[in-house]
Amino acid sequence: MFVDTVIEDKSLHKPAFLLGLSIAVLAFFFAFNFTNTIFGEFLSPVIGNPPESGFFGRLVVSFVLSIIFVLNLLLISFARLKIQILIVWIELFFLFLAFAYSFDLELAYIFIGEPSKLWLMISKGLFTTIYISAVSIAIATAIAIVGAIAKLSNNGFAYAIASFYTSLFRGLPLLLQIYLIYMGLPQLGFMIDAIPSGIAALSLCYGAYMTEIFRAGIQSIPKGQWEASRALGFKFGLILRKIILPQSIPIIVPPTGNQFIAMLKDSSLVSVLGIWEIMFLAKKLGAKDYNHLEMLLTAAMIYWTLTIILEMIQARIERKYQQKT
Amino acid sequence: MHNSSSIENPVISLKGVNKWYGDFQALKDINLEIKLKEKIVICGPSGSGKSTLIRCLNRLEAHQEGSIEVCGIELHEKMQDVDIVRQDIGMVFQSFNLFPHLTVLENCMAGPNWVRGIDKNEAKERALSMLKHVKIPEQADKYPEQLSGGQQQRVAIARSLCMQPKVMLFDEPTSALDPEMVSEVLDTMIDLANSGMTMICVTHEMGFARQVADRIIFMDGGEIVEQNTPEEFFNNPQNERTKTFLNQILS
Repeated sequence: MFVDTVIEDKSLHKPAFLLGLSIAVLAFFFAFNFTNTIFGEFLSPVIGNPPESGFFGRLVVSFVLSIIFVLNLLLISFARLKIQILIVWIELFFLFLAFAYSFDLELAYIFIGEPSKLWLMISKGLFTTIYISAVSIAIATAIAIVGAIAKLSNNGFAYAIASFYTSLFRGLPLLLQIYLIYMGLPQLGFMIDAIPSGIAALSLCYGAYMTEIFRAGIQSIPKGQWEASRALGFKFGLILRKIILPQSIPIIVPPTGNQFIAMLKDSSLVSVLGIWEIMFLAKKLGAKDYNHLEMLLTAAMIYWTLTIILEMIQARIERKYQQKT
Repeated sequence: MHNSSSIENPVISLKGVNKWYGDFQALKDINLEIKLKEKIVICGPSGSGKSTLIRCLNRLEAHQEGSIEVCGIELHEKMQDVDIVRQDIGMVFQSFNLFPHLTVLENCMAGPNWVRGIDKNEAKERALSMLKHVKIPEQADKYPEQLSGGQQQRVAIARSLCMQPKVMLFDEPTSALDPEMVSEVLDTMIDLANSGMTMICVTHEMGFARQVADRIIFMDGGEIVEQNTPEEFFNNPQNERTKTFLNQILS
């Protein structure tokens, strides 16, 4: 979004807005009744035993909570933009941790074992997940280039095959595709291992989405570029390779980065084939002692960290292309 | 005369050319011959078919009836060697159409290097000398978007000239420029005309037409209404439509 040059007063600094917000927040905390949580215990010197504090307790707890909430917002609003963003991130992260903490987990569980469960998740699971995703994205990219050209061509066969392919693989749930490939191909006499079928399913599915991204990227290059190239006597392949594709890369990169991040997480679906990637290991390692949530949270953290790293790489690539053009 | 044959034989000849966009007829029975080294200016009101005509000459547009022959090769739907013809026909567009991801120098080297098969050093030398011709050698390492409109259009001219074409087509080359940049592009075109290039220009710059053209072609409604030398064309227009047009643009 493009920021205007005239800065409006922050709504948080308008008394009427502040009052309205406080009332709304108070109503929210009152409605959801936090008396029986950790907050009620904190306030027990005032309200006595939380479960018996009744209407008075509920009112006090929600009143205190809403004061803290609004004061927090007000204080943050005075900080500089970057500091604001940082503080809000940290606070939300702590809320998330508090949410996880409320599960009453045995966090030490992930470090037990020889080798420890965390190390197994990272050495085996993380490696397999990255391996499967990287190979799949490479194949999907190749499929997407061919698919996009086919969809833009005048050749009836090419267009028909490409559009049938994108329609089918965008139309079926990925989980279903994984099953179909793993269990369907052996019916035709091709014995196929779990990892290759997982990679095949991910490549074909994401190849279909990326075909559309590449097609849009190629189409967004103005007609004048084709005409100028043709007027110089360039042939089709040369125009595509040297003029059109290089110009569509900056347009293709951001959505492709999104696809890569999405694929990384969707690779968890191949756990149904028994591939030892992050998700499979999380379920398997937790199941033994019924410590499901510990392992699932560990998996969540690994996935999240991975996507943050990928987002940073994507931002860097985007910046590089912005500088060049 | 030592090379009378090449001067007598037309480089471009059109016979009975018709073109439609759906039901709309864009070109009506165009007959035209252009000789080597001739300078032609095509003018006419907007929608008169002048851009369509010039774009048919290198087959960026298709004609449906009649024949177009360029450098001895007939242009038609199933021709094999359209890129060979196009290599010999330079074209300059209203919107420049430089390659934004390549530097000015790379824009000029692309054609000779990629399709003429000239090695990089020679292509670079040629590109630099052409950029000198259009008087912007110092911009060689910049990207097109860093240049003004007039400079971009001069690069576009240099890019075409690097292919050493036999004919240059100009499709309203100054229409997208700010007024103060029109003359630098026209000066480049005048230099080119003086060097003996065969040129076909769609333009509204009547001063340029008067100074450079051997023949001015006036089009209206997809037809060639009138063609004449600049003197006759401006001083003694024959057709009513020509007179109206000249009144409108010269007043």
